[in-house]
Amino acid sequence: MKHSFIDEYSDLDSLIHKLDPRTKLVGSLAFILAVVLTPLNNWKVLTVYLGIVVILVLLSRLPLRYLLKRSLVILPFVIMVTIFVPFFNQGQVVFSYSLGFWHIDITYEGLSVLANVTIKSWLCILCLIILSSSTKFAGLLQGMYQLKVPLVFVQIMSFMYRYIFVLVDQVMRMQMARDSRNFGNNRKIVFKTLGNIIGMLFICSYERGERIYAAMLSRGYTGEMPVTHRLHFRLPDACFASAMFVLLVFPAVIWW
Amino acid sequence: MITTDLAIDIKNLNFCYPDGQCALKDINFSVNSSESVALIGPNGAGKSTLLLHLNGILRAQCDISVCGLRIEDRNIKEIRKKVGLVFQDPEDQLFSLNVFEDVAFGPLNMNYSETEIKRRVSSALQKVGMEGYEKRSSHHLSIGEKKRIAIATVLSLDPEILVLDEPTGSLDPRGKWSLIELLNGVAVTRIIATHDLELVAHLCSRTLILDGGRIVADGSTEDILGDEVLLKNHGLGK
Repeated sequence: MKHSFIDEYSDLDSLIHKLDPRTKLVGSLAFILAVVLTPLNNWKVLTVYLGIVVILVLLSRLPLRYLLKRSLVILPFVIMVTIFVPFFNQGQVVFSYSLGFWHIDITYEGLSVLANVTIKSWLCILCLIILSSSTKFAGLLQGMYQLKVPLVFVQIMSFMYRYIFVLVDQVMRMQMARDSRNFGNNRKIVFKTLGNIIGMLFICSYERGERIYAAMLSRGYTGEMPVTHRLHFRLPDACFASAMFVLLVFPAVIWW
Repeated sequence: MITTDLAIDIKNLNFCYPDGQCALKDINFSVNSSESVALIGPNGAGKSTLLLHLNGILRAQCDISVCGLRIEDRNIKEIRKKVGLVFQDPEDQLFSLNVFEDVAFGPLNMNYSETEIKRRVSSALQKVGMEGYEKRSSHHLSIGEKKRIAIATVLSLDPEILVLDEPTGSLDPRGKWSLIELLNGVAVTRIIATHDLELVAHLCSRTLILDGGRIVADGSTEDILGDEVLLKNHGLGK
Protein backbone atom coordinates (compact mmCIF):
# COMPACT_ATOMS: atom_id res chain seq x y z
CA MET A 1 0.00 0.00 0.00
CA LYS A 2 1.17 3.49 -0.82
CA HIS A 3 1.33 6.29 1.70
CA SER A 4 2.33 9.90 1.52
CA PHE A 5 5.41 10.74 3.48
CA ILE A 6 5.93 13.82 5.58
CA ASP A 7 8.79 14.84 3.32
CA GLU A 8 6.60 14.53 0.23
CA TYR A 9 7.89 17.73 -1.41
CA SER A 10 11.50 17.42 -0.30
CA ASP A 11 12.59 16.63 -3.85
CA LEU A 12 11.79 20.12 -5.12
CA ASP A 13 14.68 22.34 -6.02
CA SER A 14 14.71 25.72 -4.29
CA LEU A 15 16.88 27.97 -2.21
CA ILE A 16 15.30 26.64 0.98
CA HIS A 17 15.67 23.02 -0.08
CA LYS A 18 19.38 23.51 -0.72
CA LEU A 19 20.15 24.88 2.74
CA ASP A 20 21.99 22.80 5.32
CA PRO A 21 19.35 21.02 7.48
CA ARG A 22 21.09 22.40 10.55
CA THR A 23 20.49 25.98 9.39
CA LYS A 24 16.82 25.19 8.91
CA LEU A 25 16.53 23.38 12.24
CA VAL A 26 18.11 26.17 14.24
CA GLY A 27 16.22 28.79 12.21
CA SER A 28 12.88 27.10 12.90
CA LEU A 29 13.66 26.75 16.57
CA ALA A 30 14.56 30.45 16.76
CA PHE A 31 11.38 31.37 14.89
CA ILE A 32 9.21 29.34 17.25
CA LEU A 33 10.93 30.83 20.29
CA ALA A 34 10.44 34.34 18.96
CA VAL A 35 6.77 33.74 18.19
CA VAL A 36 6.06 32.16 21.55
CA LEU A 37 7.88 34.89 23.47
CA THR A 38 6.07 37.73 21.68
CA PRO A 39 3.91 39.54 24.27
CA LEU A 40 0.12 39.34 24.14
CA ASN A 41 -1.64 41.40 21.47
CA ASN A 42 1.57 42.55 19.83
CA TRP A 43 0.04 42.27 16.38
CA LYS A 44 2.71 44.30 14.58
CA VAL A 45 5.43 41.82 15.51
CA LEU A 46 3.24 38.85 14.67
CA THR A 47 2.47 40.42 11.28
CA VAL A 48 6.18 40.67 10.54
CA TYR A 49 6.56 37.01 11.54
CA LEU A 50 3.69 36.09 9.23
CA GLY A 51 5.64 38.00 6.58
CA ILE A 52 8.64 35.76 7.24
CA VAL A 53 6.47 32.68 6.72
CA VAL A 54 5.14 34.10 3.45
CA ILE A 55 8.68 34.79 2.23
CA LEU A 56 9.74 31.24 3.18
CA VAL A 57 6.78 29.76 1.34
CA LEU A 58 7.58 31.80 -1.78
CA LEU A 59 11.27 30.88 -1.63
CA SER A 60 10.61 27.20 -1.03
CA ARG A 61 8.08 26.92 -3.91
CA LEU A 62 5.92 24.61 -1.83
CA PRO A 63 2.28 24.45 -2.99
CA LEU A 64 0.22 26.83 -0.86
CA ARG A 65 -2.82 24.57 -0.80
CA TYR A 66 -0.76 21.71 0.59
CA LEU A 67 0.72 23.91 3.33
CA LEU A 68 -2.63 25.29 4.43
CA LYS A 69 -4.26 21.89 4.41
CA ARG A 70 -1.49 20.41 6.50
CA SER A 71 -1.54 23.32 8.94
CA LEU A 72 -5.24 22.75 9.67
CA VAL A 73 -4.37 19.46 11.33
CA ILE A 74 -3.02 21.29 14.36
CA LEU A 75 -6.12 23.42 14.90
CA PRO A 76 -8.33 20.88 16.71
CA PHE A 77 -5.56 20.34 19.26
CA VAL A 78 -5.06 24.04 19.84
CA ILE A 79 -8.78 24.64 20.14
CA MET A 80 -9.15 21.73 22.53
CA VAL A 81 -6.63 23.36 24.83
CA THR A 82 -7.75 26.98 24.47
CA ILE A 83 -11.51 26.77 24.08
CA PHE A 84 -12.13 27.20 27.79
CA VAL A 85 -9.80 30.16 28.23
CA PRO A 86 -12.48 32.81 27.42
CA PHE A 87 -14.69 31.44 30.20
CA PHE A 88 -12.18 31.58 32.99
CA ASN A 89 -10.26 34.82 32.42
CA GLN A 90 -11.17 37.79 34.58
CA GLY A 91 -11.92 41.07 32.84
CA GLN A 92 -14.39 42.97 30.74
CA VAL A 93 -17.39 40.79 29.98
CA VAL A 94 -18.34 40.51 26.34
CA PHE A 95 -21.14 38.02 26.66
CA SER A 96 -22.82 36.35 29.58
CA TYR A 97 -25.33 33.58 29.80
CA SER A 98 -27.28 32.13 32.66
CA LEU A 99 -28.45 28.57 32.72
CA GLY A 100 -30.24 27.94 36.00
CA PHE A 101 -27.57 28.23 38.69
CA TRP A 102 -24.82 28.19 36.04
CA HIS A 103 -23.52 31.57 35.06
CA ILE A 104 -21.13 31.83 32.13
CA ASP A 105 -19.08 34.93 31.32
CA ILE A 106 -16.97 35.35 28.24
CA THR A 107 -14.39 38.07 28.71
CA TYR A 108 -12.64 40.26 26.22
CA GLU A 109 -9.26 39.31 27.73
CA GLY A 110 -10.10 35.65 27.44
CA LEU A 111 -10.99 36.00 23.76
CA SER A 112 -7.77 37.81 23.01
CA VAL A 113 -5.73 35.05 24.68
CA LEU A 114 -7.61 32.55 22.52
CA ALA A 115 -6.83 34.56 19.36
CA ASN A 116 -3.16 34.97 20.31
CA VAL A 117 -2.59 31.31 21.11
CA THR A 118 -4.34 30.16 17.95
CA ILE A 119 -2.43 32.53 15.67
CA LYS A 120 0.87 31.77 17.36
CA SER A 121 0.50 28.01 17.11
CA TRP A 122 -0.59 28.32 13.50
CA LEU A 123 2.54 30.34 12.67
CA CYS A 124 4.73 27.78 14.45
CA ILE A 125 3.14 24.82 12.71
CA LEU A 126 3.49 26.53 9.31
CA CYS A 127 7.18 27.01 10.01
CA LEU A 128 7.58 23.34 10.98
CA ILE A 129 5.71 22.19 7.89
CA ILE A 130 8.02 24.26 5.71
CA LEU A 131 10.99 22.74 7.53
CA SER A 132 9.80 19.15 7.16
CA SER A 133 8.60 19.50 3.58
CA SER A 134 11.74 21.18 2.33
CA THR A 135 14.19 18.77 3.92
CA LYS A 136 14.71 15.06 3.37
CA PHE A 137 13.93 13.23 6.59
CA ALA A 138 17.35 11.56 6.50
CA GLY A 139 18.95 15.00 6.21
CA LEU A 140 16.93 16.27 9.13
CA LEU A 141 18.10 13.37 11.28
CA GLN A 142 21.68 13.88 10.14
CA GLY A 143 21.38 17.54 11.09
CA MET A 144 20.00 16.68 14.53
CA TYR A 145 22.82 14.19 15.05
CA GLN A 146 25.44 16.77 14.14
CA LEU A 147 23.74 19.30 16.40
CA LYS A 148 24.46 16.82 19.21
CA VAL A 149 20.89 15.66 19.75
CA PRO A 150 21.29 12.39 21.71
CA LEU A 151 21.75 9.44 19.36
CA VAL A 152 18.92 7.50 21.03
CA PHE A 153 16.38 10.16 20.02
CA VAL A 154 17.68 10.33 16.48
CA GLN A 155 17.52 6.56 16.15
CA ILE A 156 14.03 6.36 17.63
CA MET A 157 12.84 8.92 15.08
CA SER A 158 14.59 7.13 12.27
CA PHE A 159 12.98 3.79 13.13
CA MET A 160 9.63 5.45 13.66
CA TYR A 161 9.79 7.02 10.22
CA ARG A 162 10.88 3.75 8.66
CA TYR A 163 8.32 1.51 10.32
CA ILE A 164 5.25 3.64 10.92
CA PHE A 165 3.86 2.72 7.51
CA VAL A 166 4.64 -0.94 8.00
CA LEU A 167 2.51 -0.68 11.14
CA VAL A 168 -0.23 1.25 9.35
CA ASP A 169 -0.33 -1.46 6.69
CA GLN A 170 -0.63 -4.06 9.39
CA VAL A 171 -3.51 -2.23 11.06
CA MET A 172 -5.30 -1.90 7.72
CA ARG A 173 -4.93 -5.61 7.06
CA MET A 174 -6.21 -6.46 10.53
CA GLN A 175 -9.17 -4.13 10.07
CA MET A 176 -10.03 -5.67 6.73
CA ALA A 177 -9.82 -9.12 8.26
CA ARG A 178 -12.04 -8.00 11.11
CA ASP A 179 -14.59 -6.30 8.87
CA SER A 180 -14.84 -9.30 6.59
CA ARG A 181 -15.94 -11.42 9.53
CA ASN A 182 -17.99 -8.82 11.37
CA PHE A 183 -21.69 -9.04 10.52
CA GLY A 184 -23.46 -7.39 13.43
CA ASN A 185 -22.89 -4.01 14.97
CA ASN A 186 -22.64 -5.13 18.57
CA ARG A 187 -20.71 -2.29 20.16
CA LYS A 188 -19.33 -4.43 22.94
CA ILE A 189 -17.74 -6.80 20.44
CA VAL A 190 -16.39 -3.92 18.35
CA PHE A 191 -14.55 -2.53 21.37
CA LYS A 192 -13.32 -5.95 22.37
CA THR A 193 -11.84 -6.65 18.94
CA LEU A 194 -10.32 -3.18 18.91
CA GLY A 195 -8.60 -4.05 22.17
CA ASN A 196 -7.33 -7.28 20.67
CA ILE A 197 -6.01 -5.47 17.61
CA ILE A 198 -4.10 -3.00 19.77
CA GLY A 199 -2.67 -5.85 21.83
CA MET A 200 -1.65 -7.82 18.76
CA LEU A 201 -0.07 -4.75 17.26
CA PHE A 202 2.00 -4.20 20.38
CA ILE A 203 3.25 -7.79 20.37
CA CYS A 204 3.97 -7.70 16.63
CA SER A 205 5.94 -4.46 16.97
CA TYR A 206 7.86 -5.81 19.93
CA GLU A 207 8.79 -8.95 18.06
CA ARG A 208 9.67 -7.00 14.94
CA GLY A 209 11.96 -4.88 17.10
CA GLU A 210 13.72 -8.00 18.30
CA ARG A 211 14.19 -9.25 14.73
CA ILE A 212 15.49 -5.91 13.53
CA TYR A 213 17.93 -5.84 16.40
CA ALA A 214 19.12 -9.33 15.43
CA ALA A 215 19.52 -8.16 11.83
CA MET A 216 21.56 -5.19 13.05
CA LEU A 217 23.76 -7.38 15.26
CA SER A 218 24.33 -9.72 12.32
CA ARG A 219 25.97 -6.89 10.47
CA GLY A 220 28.30 -5.95 13.28
CA TYR A 221 26.18 -3.36 15.14
CA THR A 222 27.82 -2.39 18.41
CA GLY A 223 25.48 0.32 19.68
CA GLU A 224 26.98 3.18 17.74
CA MET A 225 25.45 4.50 14.58
CA PRO A 226 28.25 5.30 12.18
CA VAL A 227 27.74 8.26 9.86
CA THR A 228 28.00 8.01 6.09
CA HIS A 229 28.49 11.65 5.20
CA ARG A 230 28.78 14.92 7.02
CA LEU A 231 26.88 18.13 6.31
CA HIS A 232 28.65 21.33 5.38
CA PHE A 233 27.78 24.95 6.01
CA ARG A 234 28.04 27.14 2.93
CA LEU A 235 27.61 30.80 2.05
CA PRO A 236 23.82 30.64 1.46
CA ASP A 237 23.48 29.16 4.95
CA ALA A 238 25.30 32.10 6.48
CA CYS A 239 23.16 34.58 4.48
CA PHE A 240 19.93 32.81 5.42
CA ALA A 241 20.87 32.62 9.09
CA SER A 242 21.75 36.32 9.30
CA ALA A 243 18.61 37.38 7.43
CA MET A 244 16.49 35.22 9.72
CA PHE A 245 18.22 36.65 12.79
CA VAL A 246 17.64 40.24 11.72
CA LEU A 247 14.00 39.63 10.77
CA LEU A 248 13.28 37.94 14.08
CA VAL A 249 15.12 40.28 16.41
CA PHE A 250 14.49 43.66 14.75
CA PRO A 251 10.69 43.85 15.13
CA ALA A 252 10.99 42.48 18.63
CA VAL A 253 13.44 45.21 19.63
CA ILE A 254 11.28 47.96 18.16
CA TRP A 255 7.80 46.89 19.24
CA TRP A 256 8.10 44.73 22.36
CA MET B 1 41.03 -30.64 15.81
CA ILE B 2 39.55 -27.92 13.62
CA THR B 3 40.70 -27.72 10.06
CA THR B 4 40.27 -24.45 8.24
CA ASP B 5 38.49 -25.86 5.20
CA LEU B 6 35.49 -26.51 7.40
CA ALA B 7 33.22 -23.50 7.02
CA ILE B 8 30.91 -24.48 9.86
CA ASP B 9 31.28 -27.13 12.51
CA ILE B 10 28.52 -27.71 15.06
CA LYS B 11 28.79 -30.21 17.88
CA ASN B 12 26.05 -31.09 20.38
CA LEU B 13 23.87 -28.03 19.89
CA ASN B 14 20.84 -28.02 22.19
CA PHE B 15 18.76 -24.90 22.54
CA CYS B 16 15.70 -24.12 24.60
CA TYR B 17 13.90 -20.76 24.58
CA PRO B 18 13.45 -19.05 27.95
CA ASP B 19 9.81 -20.16 27.99
CA GLY B 20 11.03 -23.75 28.17
CA GLN B 21 10.24 -24.75 24.62
CA CYS B 22 13.20 -26.69 23.24
CA ALA B 23 13.74 -25.73 19.61
CA LEU B 24 16.95 -27.62 18.84
CA LYS B 25 18.02 -31.03 20.12
CA ASP B 26 21.39 -32.64 19.67
CA ILE B 27 22.40 -30.98 16.41
CA ASN B 28 25.68 -32.14 14.89
CA PHE B 29 26.90 -31.32 11.43
CA SER B 30 29.66 -29.62 9.54
CA VAL B 31 29.77 -27.80 6.25
CA ASN B 32 32.82 -27.66 4.00
CA SER B 33 33.75 -24.39 2.43
CA SER B 34 32.21 -23.72 -0.99
CA GLU B 35 29.54 -26.28 -0.22
CA SER B 36 25.90 -25.38 -0.82
CA VAL B 37 23.63 -26.90 1.79
CA ALA B 38 19.86 -26.81 2.00
CA LEU B 39 18.13 -26.98 5.35
CA ILE B 40 14.59 -28.15 4.78
CA GLY B 41 11.82 -29.04 7.14
CA PRO B 42 8.21 -28.24 7.99
CA ASN B 43 7.08 -25.00 9.62
CA GLY B 44 8.25 -24.72 13.19
CA ALA B 45 11.01 -27.28 12.76
CA GLY B 46 13.65 -24.92 14.19
CA LYS B 47 15.29 -23.83 10.94
CA SER B 48 15.35 -20.12 11.74
CA THR B 49 16.51 -20.81 15.28
CA LEU B 50 19.39 -22.90 13.97
CA LEU B 51 20.42 -20.14 11.54
CA LEU B 52 20.55 -17.60 14.39
CA HIS B 53 23.21 -19.75 16.05
CA LEU B 54 25.51 -19.57 13.05
CA ASN B 55 26.65 -16.01 13.82
CA GLY B 56 26.17 -16.02 17.55
CA ILE B 57 22.88 -14.07 17.80
CA LEU B 58 21.58 -16.97 19.86
CA ARG B 59 24.12 -18.87 21.90
CA ALA B 60 23.73 -22.19 23.64
CA GLN B 61 26.13 -24.32 25.63
CA CYS B 62 27.84 -26.01 22.73
CA ASP B 63 30.74 -25.98 20.40
CA ILE B 64 30.22 -24.07 17.16
CA SER B 65 33.11 -23.03 14.96
CA VAL B 66 32.89 -20.80 11.94
CA CYS B 67 35.87 -20.79 9.57
CA GLY B 68 37.99 -22.18 12.39
CA LEU B 69 36.87 -19.51 14.87
CA ARG B 70 34.92 -20.57 17.96
CA ILE B 71 31.79 -18.52 18.62
CA GLU B 72 32.71 -16.42 21.63
CA ASP B 73 32.79 -12.74 22.44
CA ARG B 74 36.30 -11.99 21.23
CA ASN B 75 35.65 -13.56 17.81
CA ILE B 76 32.16 -12.25 17.32
CA LYS B 77 33.01 -9.26 15.12
CA GLU B 78 35.14 -11.37 12.80
CA ILE B 79 32.46 -14.07 12.65
CA ARG B 80 29.69 -11.62 11.80
CA LYS B 81 31.85 -10.32 8.97
CA LYS B 82 32.31 -13.85 7.63
CA VAL B 83 28.70 -15.00 8.00
CA GLY B 84 26.16 -13.01 6.04
CA LEU B 85 22.75 -13.77 7.50
CA VAL B 86 19.74 -12.75 5.39
CA PHE B 87 16.47 -12.72 7.33
CA GLN B 88 13.19 -14.07 6.11
CA ASP B 89 11.32 -10.77 6.11
CA PRO B 90 13.32 -8.11 4.23
CA GLU B 91 11.31 -5.52 6.17
CA ASP B 92 13.41 -6.50 9.22
CA GLN B 93 16.66 -6.38 7.32
CA LEU B 94 16.10 -2.99 5.67
CA PHE B 95 15.74 -0.60 8.56
CA SER B 96 17.48 2.49 7.21
CA LEU B 97 15.91 5.43 5.44
CA ASN B 98 17.38 4.60 2.06
CA VAL B 99 18.97 1.71 0.22
CA PHE B 100 22.48 3.15 0.36
CA GLU B 101 22.46 3.36 4.14
CA ASP B 102 21.10 -0.16 4.46
CA VAL B 103 23.78 -1.66 2.26
CA ALA B 104 26.47 0.50 3.89
CA PHE B 105 25.42 -0.43 7.44
CA GLY B 106 27.67 -3.50 7.72
CA PRO B 107 30.79 -1.89 6.22
CA LEU B 108 30.21 1.19 8.41
CA ASN B 109 30.18 -0.95 11.52
CA MET B 110 33.47 -2.43 10.38
CA ASN B 111 34.88 1.13 10.25
CA TYR B 112 35.97 1.01 6.63
CA SER B 113 36.98 4.26 4.93
CA GLU B 114 34.40 6.29 3.04
CA THR B 115 35.73 5.40 -0.41
CA GLU B 116 35.90 1.72 0.55
CA ILE B 117 32.30 1.85 1.77
CA LYS B 118 31.10 3.44 -1.48
CA ARG B 119 33.00 0.84 -3.48
CA ARG B 120 31.50 -1.99 -1.46
CA VAL B 121 27.96 -0.63 -1.73
CA SER B 122 28.09 -0.21 -5.48
CA SER B 123 29.68 -3.60 -6.00
CA ALA B 124 27.09 -5.31 -3.75
CA LEU B 125 24.24 -3.57 -5.57
CA GLN B 126 25.74 -4.56 -8.89
CA LYS B 127 25.94 -8.21 -7.81
CA VAL B 128 22.20 -8.27 -7.11
CA GLY B 129 21.37 -6.26 -10.24
CA MET B 130 20.11 -3.20 -8.37
CA GLU B 131 22.48 -0.45 -9.47
CA GLY B 132 21.05 3.03 -9.22
CA TYR B 133 18.74 2.23 -6.28
CA GLU B 134 20.98 3.95 -3.70
CA LYS B 135 18.68 6.90 -3.02
CA ARG B 136 15.40 4.97 -3.06
CA SER B 137 13.58 4.45 0.21
CA SER B 138 13.36 0.81 1.18
CA HIS B 139 9.68 0.94 2.08
CA HIS B 140 8.63 1.79 -1.46
CA LEU B 141 10.33 -1.15 -3.16
CA SER B 142 8.53 -4.26 -4.37
CA ILE B 143 9.00 -7.47 -2.40
CA GLY B 144 11.37 -8.88 -5.05
CA GLU B 145 13.47 -5.75 -4.97
CA LYS B 146 13.51 -5.81 -1.17
CA LYS B 147 14.76 -9.40 -1.18
CA ARG B 148 17.59 -8.44 -3.54
CA ILE B 149 18.58 -5.42 -1.50
CA ALA B 150 18.49 -7.55 1.66
CA ILE B 151 21.01 -9.89 0.04
CA ALA B 152 23.13 -6.90 -1.00
CA THR B 153 23.22 -5.70 2.62
CA VAL B 154 25.24 -8.76 3.57
CA LEU B 155 27.21 -9.09 0.31
CA SER B 156 28.71 -5.67 1.05
CA LEU B 157 30.69 -7.35 3.84
CA ASP B 158 32.15 -9.94 1.40
CA PRO B 159 31.00 -12.85 3.56
CA GLU B 160 32.58 -16.28 3.25
CA ILE B 161 29.32 -17.94 4.20
CA LEU B 162 25.92 -16.81 2.98
CA VAL B 163 23.06 -17.91 5.23
CA LEU B 164 19.56 -17.39 3.85
CA ASP B 165 16.23 -17.87 5.58
CA GLU B 166 13.40 -18.56 3.11
CA PRO B 167 14.92 -16.52 0.27
CA THR B 168 12.06 -17.27 -2.15
CA GLY B 169 9.17 -16.95 0.29
CA SER B 170 6.34 -14.73 -1.06
CA LEU B 171 8.01 -14.28 -4.46
CA ASP B 172 6.21 -14.91 -7.73
CA PRO B 173 7.72 -17.59 -10.00
CA ARG B 174 9.61 -15.08 -12.14
CA GLY B 175 11.03 -13.36 -9.05
CA LYS B 176 11.93 -16.73 -7.62
CA TRP B 177 13.82 -17.94 -10.67
CA SER B 178 15.72 -14.72 -11.10
CA LEU B 179 16.70 -14.90 -7.41
CA ILE B 180 17.88 -18.51 -7.86
CA GLU B 181 19.97 -17.39 -10.81
CA LEU B 182 21.39 -14.56 -8.74
CA LEU B 183 22.32 -16.85 -5.84
CA ASN B 184 23.88 -19.30 -8.26
CA GLY B 185 26.27 -16.58 -9.36
CA VAL B 186 27.49 -15.82 -5.84
CA ALA B 187 30.42 -18.09 -5.23
CA VAL B 188 30.51 -18.60 -1.48
CA THR B 189 29.51 -21.27 0.98
CA ARG B 190 25.72 -21.25 1.16
CA ILE B 191 23.29 -22.47 3.78
CA ILE B 192 19.68 -22.04 2.73
CA ALA B 193 16.71 -22.74 4.98
CA THR B 194 13.61 -23.23 2.89
CA HIS B 195 10.74 -25.51 1.98
CA ASP B 196 10.96 -24.63 -1.66
CA LEU B 197 12.20 -27.91 -3.10
CA GLU B 198 12.73 -26.50 -6.61
CA LEU B 199 15.19 -24.03 -5.17
CA VAL B 200 16.95 -26.84 -3.32
CA ALA B 201 17.25 -28.93 -6.44
CA HIS B 202 18.79 -26.06 -8.38
CA LEU B 203 21.15 -24.61 -5.82
CA CYS B 204 22.21 -27.19 -3.28
CA SER B 205 24.28 -30.32 -3.59
CA ARG B 206 23.57 -31.44 -0.04
CA THR B 207 20.37 -31.40 1.98
CA LEU B 208 19.61 -31.65 5.68
CA ILE B 209 16.10 -32.31 6.96
CA LEU B 210 15.25 -30.72 10.28
CA ASP B 211 12.08 -31.82 12.04
CA GLY B 212 11.04 -31.27 15.64
CA GLY B 213 14.42 -29.69 16.41
CA ARG B 214 16.44 -32.70 15.26
CA ILE B 215 18.36 -33.44 12.09
CA VAL B 216 16.58 -36.47 10.71
CA ALA B 217 18.35 -36.81 7.39
CA ASP B 218 21.63 -35.64 5.88
CA GLY B 219 22.63 -36.60 2.38
CA SER B 220 22.98 -35.60 -1.23
CA THR B 221 20.09 -33.56 -2.56
CA GLU B 222 19.43 -36.13 -5.26
CA ASP B 223 18.96 -38.94 -2.73
CA ILE B 224 16.83 -36.94 -0.33
CA LEU B 225 14.55 -35.32 -2.89
CA GLY B 226 14.19 -38.74 -4.55
CA ASP B 227 12.95 -40.34 -1.33
CA GLU B 228 9.26 -39.50 -1.38
CA VAL B 229 8.43 -41.46 1.75
CA LEU B 230 11.04 -39.52 3.75
CA LEU B 231 9.77 -36.18 2.45
CA LYS B 232 6.17 -37.10 3.19
CA ASN B 233 7.02 -38.22 6.73
CA HIS B 234 8.48 -34.81 7.46
CA GLY B 235 5.78 -32.64 6.03
CA LEU B 236 7.54 -31.90 2.74
CA GLY B 237 5.75 -34.22 0.31
CA LYS B 238 2.19 -34.49 -0.93
